[in-house]
This record gives sequence, C-alpha cells and structure tokens, in this order.
Amino acid sequence: MSAADAQIRAWKRPPLIGNPWLRWGLYIGGLVYLVAAIATLDVNWTRVVEGLSQGLRFLEGFLVPDFTTRSRDIWRGMEESLTMTVTATIVGCLLSIPIGLGAARNIAPLPVYAVCRAVIAVSRAFQEIILAILFVAMFGFGPFAGFLTLSFATIGFMAKLLAEDIEDINEAQAEAIRATGATWWQVVNYGIQPQVMPRLVGLSLYRLDINFRESAVIGIVGAGGIGATLNTAMQRYDYDTASAILIMIIVIVLAAEYVSSHLRKWVQ
Amino acid sequence: MRAMLRVSSLSKRYKTGDEALNGVSFDVPAGQVVGLIGPSGSGKSTLIRCINRLVKPTSGHVSLNETDIMRLGRGALRRARRRMGMIFQEYALVERLTVMENVLSGRLGYVSFWRSFFRRFPQGDVDKAFMLLDRVGLTEQADKRASALSGGQRQRVGIARALEQDPQLLLVDEPTASLDPKTARQIMRLICEICRERNLPAIVSLHDVVLAKMFVDRIIGLRAGVIVFDGAPSGLNTAMLTEIYGEEDWTQIHDGTDDEPTQDAALDTHAREERMAGLT
Repeated sequence: MSAADAQIRAWKRPPLIGNPWLRWGLYIGGLVYLVAAIATLDVNWTRVVEGLSQGLRFLEGFLVPDFTTRSRDIWRGMEESLTMTVTATIVGCLLSIPIGLGAARNIAPLPVYAVCRAVIAVSRAFQEIILAILFVAMFGFGPFAGFLTLSFATIGFMAKLLAEDIEDINEAQAEAIRATGATWWQVVNYGIQPQVMPRLVGLSLYRLDINFRESAVIGIVGAGGIGATLNTAMQRYDYDTASAILIMIIVIVLAAEYVSSHLRKWVQ
Repeated sequence: MRAMLRVSSLSKRYKTGDEALNGVSFDVPAGQVVGLIGPSGSGKSTLIRCINRLVKPTSGHVSLNETDIMRLGRGALRRARRRMGMIFQEYALVERLTVMENVLSGRLGYVSFWRSFFRRFPQGDVDKAFMLLDRVGLTEQADKRASALSGGQRQRVGIARALEQDPQLLLVDEPTASLDPKTARQIMRLICEICRERNLPAIVSLHDVVLAKMFVDRIIGLRAGVIVFDGAPSGLNTAMLTEIYGEEDWTQIHDGTDDEPTQDAALDTHAREERMAGLT
C-alpha cells in the first residue's frame, strides 16, 4: 500500500453493549428510575430540624465522655466482649479449616464438597443480628449466645475465603507433592498449606476485629458484651457513658488493626 | 538390556474430546535417557503424566519393572509413584517451604503423616537429603525458602527432590523451559550425569531440539499424540523435523548431519560424552 492509498482509519473502543437502542435505553431508564425513586422519598423537614437539635444534645453529651460513673458496667461489658470475640474467633477459625478444605472443589470429592458448601451457605445467609436473636432465644441472654453467633458467622466467612484460596493455589506445587507418592493429608500439609497459610493468618486477624465490632452490635439484641452496656446507656440517655463506650470501642478496633497489620507483615 | 519401563498402546482422550495420545508404545531400558520432542499440544506432558498416573489414561498399559501401573489401587499407586521421580517445568517447588523441606518432601511416600507433619524425618532421609544438596551444590541454601533461589538453583532443588525418592525412573517435563541457555545446558548435563551414575532411565520432554540432540541417548518425536520418530539423535534430519513440527527451515538445527551419512554411532556417543564432561 502506497502512502497515497492510506486512509485515515478512526478507532473507538467498542461499547460494552453493542446495540445503541438498548444502550441508550438502559442509560435513560436508569436515570428516570433514580429521579423517580428520589421523588418518592417523603422527607419530613420539621422532623429533620427537630432531630438536628436532638443531635446537638447528643453531641454535647459525647464531648464530655464519662468513664467513671458506670465503670463497673463498662469493664464487665468490655471483658465479656473481648472474651466472646477471642474465643469465637479461635473456635470459628479452627472449625472453618476442615470445612474450607471440604469446600474446595479441587481437593474434595463431590459429596463432601456439597455438604461443606451448604454449611457455608447457611452461615452466610443469616446476618449476625438474626443469628444472635435465634441463639438468644435458644440459650437465653448473655455472652454464650454471642459466642455461638460469632463462631457460626466466622465459619461462613473463613471457610468460604479459605476454600476459594485453595481453589486458586498454584496446582503445579500440589501436583509435584502428589507425584512423590504423598497421601491426601500430606498433599494438604506440604502442597497446599504453605500456599494458603499467610492469607489464612491474615484473614483470622481480620475476622478478630470484625468479631469485636460485631460483638458490640449483637449485644443490642441481648447477646451480652459491650453492646448490651451501650444499649442500656443509650436507653437511659446516659450519652456521656455511651460516648465513653464508643471511644473505647474505637480505640480497641484501632489497636487491633495496628497489631494485626504488623502480624500480617511478619507472617508474610 | 531388560526393559524397565514398558508403555504399550497408551491412549488418552480428555473430557473435552481432545485426543492427546493415540496408541503410543515404547520401551525404555535401564540407564537410557530418552528425549521427548514435539510441538506444543502434541501430548508430551500428557504422556509423562500418564506414566505416574497424574493423568489417567483412557486405555493402554504402563509397566515399571513388571508392575502394571494402570491396575493399581490407591495405596499401591502411591507406592509406585514414590519409585518415579518427577522434575517439572517451572520447577514446581513449594515456594514457601525451605529448600530442605522441598527435598525431604521426596520422602513423603515413605513416612507417616505425623512424622512428615512435625518434620521429623528418619536420620537416613536427612543424611540423603544433605548428600543430594551437596551433589547439586546447594548445601549452603538448605534453610532458605525456595522462593529465594534463582531459576537454575530451584531446578537443582527439583532434581534433589526427585532423587530423594530413590527413584527407579525419572520423569522430566520441560526441565529447561524457563532457564537461560547456559543454565539450561548445566541442568541437562546434571540430569544426564545423574542418570549415568545411577543407571537410571529417564524420559525428558524438551522444547529445544538442539538441547535434546546434545544430551539424550534416544529421541522420541510426538505429533498429535502419535509417535512419528523413535531413534538415535543423529537420525533426526530435516525430513524428520518437518514430519514432527511441520515445514520450516531446519538446516541450522541439525548441523548438516545429513551431509555425513557415514558418521558412526561411536563417534556420536564420544562427542556426547565430551559435552557431558563440560568440555564444550
């Protein structure tokens, strides 16, 4: 082709949806729906103004946190929450290992896989609050119900991520171990565990701080811990005590975050 | 010589319908290093994996020292696998384990789960592992993670792991695929030396025809799952390379061996021994 024959050939990235009618239809439809949806929100402005002033009182209370008046309740709540968090994380993570192994399609036979995936699905289908309500109904108020809730929720979370991690391993390393005549357990121990261990540890630490935050939430439905203390404080309009509790939760979450990021780096 | 490995009419069809191997038969006597060449997708990896049943063949037989590998149950298959050392493309070391753990993993077929779990291998296994690390020149690196080594070093660990099994056969899948030309030659030389020392038969799949001709005793050429060449490296001429890989300019590869039809096999062997000794 000589230079004179060369045409200017325009290029544009091909659109995700080829049909222009469908494409523009979806864009416009989406916009119309958004406008309509916002229009249906019925905002009571006088109530909003009232809420703002109430919020201000709230804020005033929070600016002067009171750690002392109800320190006994706060410490008991914290202790319950931390105990619940640590025990539930340990138990949940330990139980999630066999379930995660069973839920990895590349190493588990189909029936085992189906059962383990079902356990994970059930655990993940229920939000912690719903689980807490169920366990409180079964075992009564208090941290034991909270412990069960968090353990069960941890299983769903950890086992799913562990299984997915196992499915994503470098198969060649596991194959090489299998080729030495290793048993299934040895293949798991030598070919798979080293590959998933850093993430498993990282996720356990991450789950530890999720569980701590959740322990504050599930206390509200009666599963014990700092959440129960917080709930009581709010109901009594003890905003200064509530503020003290929130500050402690924030500090503990930040501390856990800091420690776990260091631990993770060290494990890697 | 007695055939140690006998492969007869081996076929493999994958679930996708791809016919990876179609009636492959050959024998390998003790101490022979066989180079397996062929284009990508010709079934080299499948053939190697069918021998230790990492891939289950559709039909055919494989026997090692009169043991029919195809009929074995799970436990017996594991015991057969530990007699077949395997060396992989891209090394396939467990990256996060130490060099020593990688080498000792060659003993997994011999020790109980708990022993291997607590890394309490019998002293004999540890001695052997140190001896092998000495042999491949990595004694200093024993406690480093495999991921900290260079490509050539990793493949040496791969070789040590395979030998730790006390194998009766080496299966080697593209050992030099990701190595530079010099390291590739060193690794091939090491593999071939070890096979000579121990009178080990080996099947080595290779992309690099020049490398194959330099080091192996015999070449099997695969195309689309069928053996189209089986003979001495010197017999691999332009016509045969075209048969295996298709039309291309092959004159550089076979060094004009076609022009010397009188070249005798002894000379060929001699030249190869010289290369093995690292003289060229």
